[in-house]
Amino acid sequence: MRLILEIAFTHIVGRGRQTLVAILGVAVGVGFSIAMAALMQGGQDDFIEQLVNTMPHVQITDERRTPPRQPAEDVFETVAISGLRPREDRRGIINPTAALTWLRGWVPGRVAESLKAQGVIRYSGRDVGASIIGVDPDAERGVSPIVGDFVQGSFDRLTAGGNNILIGDTMASRLGAGLGDTITAVSSTGLSRNFKIAGLFHTGTTARDEGEAYVLLKNAQILSERANAVNDIRIKLADPNAAPGVAKRAEAELGYKAEAWQEANESILEALVIRNVIMYTVVAAIMLVAGFGIFNIISTITHEKARDIAIMKSLGFAEGDMRRLFLIEGVAIGAAGSFIGWLLGFTLVYALAQVRFELATTGQEMTRLPIAWSFLHYLLAAGFALASAAVAGYLPARKAAKLNPVDIIRGAT
Amino acid sequence: MSTLIEAENLTRILPAIVPVTLVKDVSLSVGEKEFVAVTGPSGSGKSSLLYLLGLLDQPTSGTLKIGGRDTGPMDEEVRARTRLAMLGFVFQFHFLLPEFTVRENVEIPMRKLGRLSRSQMRARATELLESLGLAGHLDKRPDQLSGGQRQRVAVARSLANDPPIVLADEPTGSLDTKSSEQVFHILETLVRERNKTVIAVTHDMDMAARMDRRIHLVDGRVAEP
Ligand SMILES: Nc1ncnc2c1ncn2[C@@H]1O[C@H](COP(=O)(O)OP(=O)(O)OP(=O)(O)O)[C@@H](O)[C@H]1O
Ligand SMILES: [Mg+2]
Repeated sequence: MRLILEIAFTHIVGRGRQTLVAILGVAVGVGFSIAMAALMQGGQDDFIEQLVNTMPHVQITDERRTPPRQPAEDVFETVAISGLRPREDRRGIINPTAALTWLRGWVPGRVAESLKAQGVIRYSGRDVGASIIGVDPDAERGVSPIVGDFVQGSFDRLTAGGNNILIGDTMASRLGAGLGDTITAVSSTGLSRNFKIAGLFHTGTTARDEGEAYVLLKNAQILSERANAVNDIRIKLADPNAAPGVAKRAEAELGYKAEAWQEANESILEALVIRNVIMYTVVAAIMLVAGFGIFNIISTITHEKARDIAIMKSLGFAEGDMRRLFLIEGVAIGAAGSFIGWLLGFTLVYALAQVRFELATTGQEMTRLPIAWSFLHYLLAAGFALASAAVAGYLPARKAAKLNPVDIIRGAT
Repeated sequence: MSTLIEAENLTRILPAIVPVTLVKDVSLSVGEKEFVAVTGPSGSGKSSLLYLLGLLDQPTSGTLKIGGRDTGPMDEEVRARTRLAMLGFVFQFHFLLPEFTVRENVEIPMRKLGRLSRSQMRARATELLESLGLAGHLDKRPDQLSGGQRQRVAVARSLANDPPIVLADEPTGSLDTKSSEQVFHILETLVRERNKTVIAVTHDMDMAARMDRRIHLVDGRVAEP
C-alpha cells in the first residue's frame, strides 16, 4: 500500500502545475460552498429567531376550523337543510376565564389574553382606522416583544391611569397627536370613549405602527360592549419547538382554532426548504465542476503513464492495484483541495462576519451579516468534494486498470 | 530435471473481422536451468509466444502449466501474483519507471511481493545491481544511464524476486555489439550460476547457437530451422 501511495505521489508531483490547478479548483469550490452555507444558514437562523421572538408561539382565536352545527341540523334528521342563516352571534371565546385557568395549569410557558376590536381613532377631525387591542399588561409583557419597542412613553404607563392608550408612532403622526394628547376611540358599534396617549411604539412593521392601539382589556370590553369577552389567547413557550403539541392539545380541549407558529408560517418555512434545496444544488454543481478538473488530470496521467501501467502490470501488479493507484490520486487531489478549501472558507466566513452596513431606509441601524458557524458545513463541503473526486478518479482509473499491457509493449517496441 | 513450463497446443488468435493468428498449436516443455532461444523471421509470433508464456496474454485455446500449475483457471489476481513471484521479464526496451532511481526500480517488485524487510530489499537490490556492474549508478534515474546500463537494470529488476524463469524479448536488440555481448553473458550466467531458466527471443543466430535449445517459429508454428 505504501508503494502504491509513493507511485501515486510521483505521478501527482510530476504534473505539478496541472495538479495545483485541480487542487485550487476543489479548494475554491469547497471554500465558497462553506461561505455560502454560512450565509444561507445564518440568514435562515436569524429569520426564524426573529419569527419566534416576535410571534406568539401558539395563538388561539375565536375561530373554528369547521363551522359550528346549526341547531336545526341537530333537531331534524335530514340529509341537507338549505337556506339556513347563522344566528347573529357575538363572537369571542366562550367562558374565557375557565379556558385561561385550564391553560395556565399545564402550558410550559406564558399565556396572555386579549380582545381585539375594529374601530376608529379620532383626533382633531382626523380619523384613522385601528385595531383596538385590550390587553392585561402583566400577562402581555410575557408574550409580546412590544414592551421593548417604545420610542416615547412606555408600556408600563398603560397601568398608570384608567384611560390610557398606546399607539404606533406612524398613527400618531397621521393623527397629528403626540404624547399626552387625548384622542377619541370609536368602536364598530358606535360607542366612543376618550383616551390619553401614554406611549408611542415603533415595531418596524408598518401595518402595526399605523393601525394598532393598545388599551386595558377592561376598556376594550366596555368599548365593544362585550363584558368579560376575549377573542385572542397568545402563548409564549419556553421551547418554541413544542408549539405544535401545545396547539393540538388546546384545540382539542377548547374547540377553537389554535395555531402554532410553524403552521402560521408554513409557506415561509417551505420557502426556506426550497432555499436549502437550491443551495445544495449549487454546491453539487460547483463540486461537479471541480470534479471535471480532477477527471481531466487523472485521465491525462493515465494516458501519459500508459507505459508505466504496462510495466507495472508486467511486473505483477494486478488490475485492482492500478485502480487503487489512480483512485488514490484523485482522492488525494480532492483531500488537498478540501483542506485548502477549509482555510479559504474559514477566511471568507471570517471576513463576511466583519462586514457591517447601514440599512438605507432606517439609517440608524448598523447591521452585521447573519452568519452561522457550523462545522457541519465544512464536513458537508469536504464530503461533496471527496465524493466527486472519488468518482472523477475512479472513471479513468477503471479504464487504466483494464489496459492490456501487451498492446502497449507491442506499441513501444 | 523437473518441468517448469509446459505448453500444449497453445493458440492465440486475435478476434477481428479477419482474425489474426499470432501463435498456432505450439507445444513445448522447458525444464529447470535451461537456456532456450526463440528464433524465427519477423512477424512469426515470437513476442506473442513470450507474452503467453509470461501470462501477459491469454491463449485462445490450449493449456499452459507453470511450475506444475494450470494457468487456465487462474483469475487476474492470481496471474498477477504468479508473474510477480515466478516470472521475470526483460524487453527489448528497458521499460523502467522514470520517476524512480535505479535501486528503487529494482526494489519495486520486492515491495509488491512484500516477503523481505525494507533493509533486506535494499541490500538485495544493491547486490543484484553491483553484480551486474552498476555499482556507481544506484541512485541515478533511468534517463541518466546508457542503453546497455538500462538493460542491465532491467535484468536486475527481473531477478528481484528470485523467479525461476526469466523471459527476454530481444534483450540485446537495441544495443551495440559490446553491450549485447555483455547482456548475453549475464543471461548465460543466470542459467549457469544462478540456476535460472532463461527463454530469450533473438535474431542473432550466433547467440542462438550458443544457447542450449532453439525453438524456431514460422507463421506462429514451431518449425524445423
Ligand atoms: N494487434 C495486432 N493486430 C494485428 N496483427 C497483429 C497484432 N499484433 C501482432 N500482430 C501480428 O501478429 C504477428 C506476430 O507478431 P509478433 O510480434 O509476435 O512477431 P515477432 O515474431 O515478435 O516479430 P518481430 O521479430 O518483428 O518482433 C505479426 O505478423 C504481427 O503483424
Ligand atoms: Mg517481437
